[in-house]
Amino acid sequence: MLVEVAMNKAGERLYNGIIKENPTLVLMLGMCPTLAVTTSAINGVGMGLTTTVVLVMSNLLISMLRKVIPDSVRIPAFIVIIASFVTIVQLLLEAYIPSLYSALGIYIPLIVVNCIILGRAEAYASKNSVILSIFDGIGMGLGFTLGLTLIGMVREILGAGQIFGFKFIPESVDTLTIFILAPGAFFVLAVLTAIMNKIKSRAGKVTGPTADCSELCAGCPNKDCMGRSER
Amino acid sequence: MMGKLLAIAIGSAFINNVVLSQFLGICPFLGVSKKVKTAAGMGSAVVFVITLASAVTSLIYKFLLVPFNITYLQTIVFILVIAALVQFVEMFLKKKMKGLYNALGVYLPLITTNCAVLGVALKNVQNSYNILESVVNGLAVSVGFLVAIVIMAGIREKIEYNNVPRAFKGMPIVLVTAGLMAIAFFGFSGLK
Repeated sequence: MLVEVAMNKAGERLYNGIIKENPTLVLMLGMCPTLAVTTSAINGVGMGLTTTVVLVMSNLLISMLRKVIPDSVRIPAFIVIIASFVTIVQLLLEAYIPSLYSALGIYIPLIVVNCIILGRAEAYASKNSVILSIFDGIGMGLGFTLGLTLIGMVREILGAGQIFGFKFIPESVDTLTIFILAPGAFFVLAVLTAIMNKIKSRAGKVTGPTADCSELCAGCPNKDCMGRSER
Repeated sequence: MMGKLLAIAIGSAFINNVVLSQFLGICPFLGVSKKVKTAAGMGSAVVFVITLASAVTSLIYKFLLVPFNITYLQTIVFILVIAALVQFVEMFLKKKMKGLYNALGVYLPLITTNCAVLGVALKNVQNSYNILESVVNGLAVSVGFLVAIVIMAGIREKIEYNNVPRAFKGMPIVLVTAGLMAIAFFGFSGLK
């Protein structure tokens, strides 16, 4: 019985991260890597999984230490934990998957300032049990991976006529190179969020994400100051 | 010498604009660009912090991390230095320079998690810039950010009065605008 309840809760965490509160498509968090590395689907998968690993590990450790870390210094403590895991993952990638390491470049160390990780630490891991925090990390991480892969696939198909490196549009057809350049990232994300808006308004909910900071950085520990600046 | 500095400055500010081609600092770029006035305030605060942070992080890298052979700790050290620096700047301005604090104060706490600051510090190391070059690069990058966010705010003030398709209201139309700005900034690559 107890096991069943725990399973349900863990499943709920996964569903929450992947669908209901998808960090990329619904919450619009972690926009820097979302736009920067999605020039191909495989880069999107790589970035997503790298972030997932860091997210799960930091959620695990922060949840374990949640009663030890004093409240007043929690943000610096979280940042140190996250930065340590990012450094470990960066060194591992450099050693074992050098191709991904060079493709993602500077955006690997920048996982430290990804809103999603600090946001989950603050909103979930620092308040919940270790097991649930791990599942929360897996759910959110896979949701992020899904969003990035989707954007990467659209950009790769339109911009290079291939998918996961498999070319299916003949050489003689010109592809829309702009989609693997910087502006294409903005356009693809714009259309995807517009579709999300449409689905949401169909479902009878209020209009979709606006560019309000409060919504853009919900879960980010800085959102209070965000509100302050717009006042 | 001057030529190299100028090349770094133009390259970082316009050709490889931090927001529109590097995608750093997207969060404030989309979040704090509703009004030109707040955008200019945010942009100026970013100029201030990034320039200072570039100087401090490159000094720390050269005189602390390299001699002790712990350069692999750069990410951890830089993010902590930036967070501490922002706090310190805020306290200093509050005590000593009231006018500047009133203008920039509210934006300062936001900047710690602005990935442009850490991004610039890491880029300076990656390109092995010396301290002067790092400062020039930091200044140029942040001026590029200021230019982009002010232009964006100007456009968004106009969009307010336009008839946008319902699904595109809010975030999507802002992203489309950013995409068009990125195309416009491609024009600067001719300066190379």
